[in-house]
Amino acid sequence: MSGLTALELARIQFGFTISFHIIFPAITIGLASYLAVLEGLWLWKKDTVYRDLYHFWSKIFSVNFAMGVVSGLVMAYQFGTNWSYFSAFAGSITGPLLAYEVLTAFFLEAGFLGVMLFGWHRVGPGLHFLATVMVAIGTLISATWILASNSWMQTPQGFEIINDVVVPVNWIEVIFNPSFPYRLAHMVTAAFLATALFVGASGAWHLLKGDNNPRVRKMFSMAMWMLLVVAPLQAFIGDQHGLNTLEYQPAKIAAIEGHWENRPGEGVPLILFAWPDQAAEKNHFEIAVPNLSSLILTHSLEGQFPALKEFAPEDRPPVAVVFWTFRIMVGLGVLMITLGLWAAWRRWRGTLYEGRWLHRFALVMGPSGLIAILAGWYTTEIGRQPWVIYGVMRTKDAVSDHSTLTMSVTLIVFIVAYLFVFGIGTRYMLKLVGKGPEAGEEDPATGNDDPGQSPARPLSAAPDLKKEA
Amino acid sequence: MGIDLPIVWACIIAFGLMMYVIMDGFDLGIGILFPFIKDRTDRDVMVNTVAPVWDGNETWLVLGGAGLMAAFPLAYSVILTALYIPLALMLLGLIWRGVAFEFRFKADEHHKPFWDKAFMGGSIVATFFQGVSLGAFLNGFEVEGVRYMGGVMDWLTPFALFTGLGLLVAYALLGTTWLIIKTEGPLHDRLVRLAQPLMLVLLGVIVVVSLWTPLAHQAVADRWFTLPNLFFFAPVPGLVAVTAFLLLRSLRTGDPGPAPFILTLFLLFLGYTGLGISMFPYIIPPAITLREAAAPPESMGFALVGALLIIPVILAYTAWSYYVFRGKVRAGDGYH
Repeated sequence: MSGLTALELARIQFGFTISFHIIFPAITIGLASYLAVLEGLWLWKKDTVYRDLYHFWSKIFSVNFAMGVVSGLVMAYQFGTNWSYFSAFAGSITGPLLAYEVLTAFFLEAGFLGVMLFGWHRVGPGLHFLATVMVAIGTLISATWILASNSWMQTPQGFEIINDVVVPVNWIEVIFNPSFPYRLAHMVTAAFLATALFVGASGAWHLLKGDNNPRVRKMFSMAMWMLLVVAPLQAFIGDQHGLNTLEYQPAKIAAIEGHWENRPGEGVPLILFAWPDQAAEKNHFEIAVPNLSSLILTHSLEGQFPALKEFAPEDRPPVAVVFWTFRIMVGLGVLMITLGLWAAWRRWRGTLYEGRWLHRFALVMGPSGLIAILAGWYTTEIGRQPWVIYGVMRTKDAVSDHSTLTMSVTLIVFIVAYLFVFGIGTRYMLKLVGKGPEAGEEDPATGNDDPGQSPARPLSAAPDLKKEA
Repeated sequence: MGIDLPIVWACIIAFGLMMYVIMDGFDLGIGILFPFIKDRTDRDVMVNTVAPVWDGNETWLVLGGAGLMAAFPLAYSVILTALYIPLALMLLGLIWRGVAFEFRFKADEHHKPFWDKAFMGGSIVATFFQGVSLGAFLNGFEVEGVRYMGGVMDWLTPFALFTGLGLLVAYALLGTTWLIIKTEGPLHDRLVRLAQPLMLVLLGVIVVVSLWTPLAHQAVADRWFTLPNLFFFAPVPGLVAVTAFLLLRSLRTGDPGPAPFILTLFLLFLGYTGLGISMFPYIIPPAITLREAAAPPESMGFALVGALLIIPVILAYTAWSYYVFRGKVRAGDGYH
């Protein structure tokens, strides 16, 4: 770890642990709502395909949920262990928001998760559906609070600083800070999108393998509908979010655009490719479309917006990283819209389940939602630097006084443990996906009706248990 | 001023941590018991008794962390920085154990023994370092103004290691008595036999901690052994003795039902009360009090509204979930 300071190591540790953490809850948010929809359709239409899909996806959900919980536990403590000066300074705002998240969301999810996963035979269908809906609502409430907290750190308001401590004076302003509605909409939509891509890729995998059964077709079809609607919607929300960022965090937008300086009377080009050089204050190898950035951000060809050189060098975010992560996110977004349109065209032609190239494309796009989420978060979080609370507290003033040695050792331990645990967990999830949804796994009418002997769900994933029982 | 916010919040956090000790205590205890119960089917039954509820149990720990940050940000930052290493190890233990709940059942066949070990090892490591953190907290922290001035390994003392071991025994007994409620047959009888020695060891731990803290800390000795405090607090050790006696007696019956579990809970509650008596009013012992570390009233008041309104609802649906999964768990029950 030679050459890295304790601050950089703390930032890497936070970035590493939260990158893992964002992946699982994103899928949790999307799958919980998907499961609620599936169970609702099953109760409404009594078509067993929905129930079979519910059982299939709830197994994958449970593995994913466990990984989300344990990776989140680390986050709740890391603010204190590694960012103690931030917590001492601003815990008066982020603390109550986190407390509300725990009270209104975590307990709701955890409290009803047991019934959702294990209670299929223990409670009636209505109550079971209620449990699923509660878990889904819990995931959305959770996203709301944590994004309120994050957004406040991006666009802080509603507070005063008294005796070196942040004192909230207006909670409505704190929660509904300027970037919050955009960030919330963008993130929740991203979670739905990432899940639709994951479900779609799972369906495509089975279609490519030749498992062309009604369950596989249904999940592929539902995912492609979702994509068709949500991917363009996300592009619109993202654009609005960008305009909001221009207003409140112009340095971030300048970094995203690789926009070093304004020339009098000239519009700003949209740079497609470049290698931004922080020290030289310019871009190498630039390929740009004239005036397009002006058009996108100011809705006029000649409009200008603040450039990087207008900010003191110590107030600029790392340009190259932000520039590229943003382009990865947007590029993947364009591919998602393409996939949705291609599938819609196939559906219109009546060949949605036959196009092998479409299925291959849907398969490789499986992880693209999660990659786009990570890229988007890197853009917004690294783009906020050098601030931890934008304009109020610098990241370097927030970090605990741990030594480089302490930070190096803990970072290595976290990296090894995370890669092992979550790597294997992901493999188990994919293994479950690979098994595919089975038909009529258990029928409430004819199946197991002994209340004391009530497998929540089929033991197909644990055949050895069945033998021993 | 109508209500004393720091005190109210100290009570809420204490309640959250007590709930955590009670609830995650017995499911961590199940992992701690794995070395004694080797049979695969028995282990599946044990895990299945908590599989639907463990996640909610662990949420109380998150509430403790979040509540501390909301109400006492200074304590959150100082204590967590000082306890970085033991807390990181505790979290790593909880990670291994948490995922093992799922992975035990979903792993490839030849991986399953590994995840049993992960469940056991994770539960033991998490519990041990929780106990170590508790011991280090009782020992106090070196602060100057609002900065932690101690070293990264200051937590490593004989007393903290002892409380780590002590908590292992406490959670093992909680796990044992929980399983006495939820199991039947040979497994149940083995657990009843296991509970007696565990109970006696736990009593020993309580006695040692009760003697060690006042001997090491004059302030704690003054709190307990001066008049009139001595008379007010004397019932605590008395109740410990009575509870321990009742617990041992309940274990002599064939199927003791929930009595040993409830008595163990009461025993831990008494121990917890004792610690509260020793520590009050310090939140970063031995220097910073609850009041000094408190968040601005705007923060405490805002969070308090939520806590008072929502915690009863949480308790209600948590109770409902336990009710849904009531009764003995049998081999082959329940999981995916």
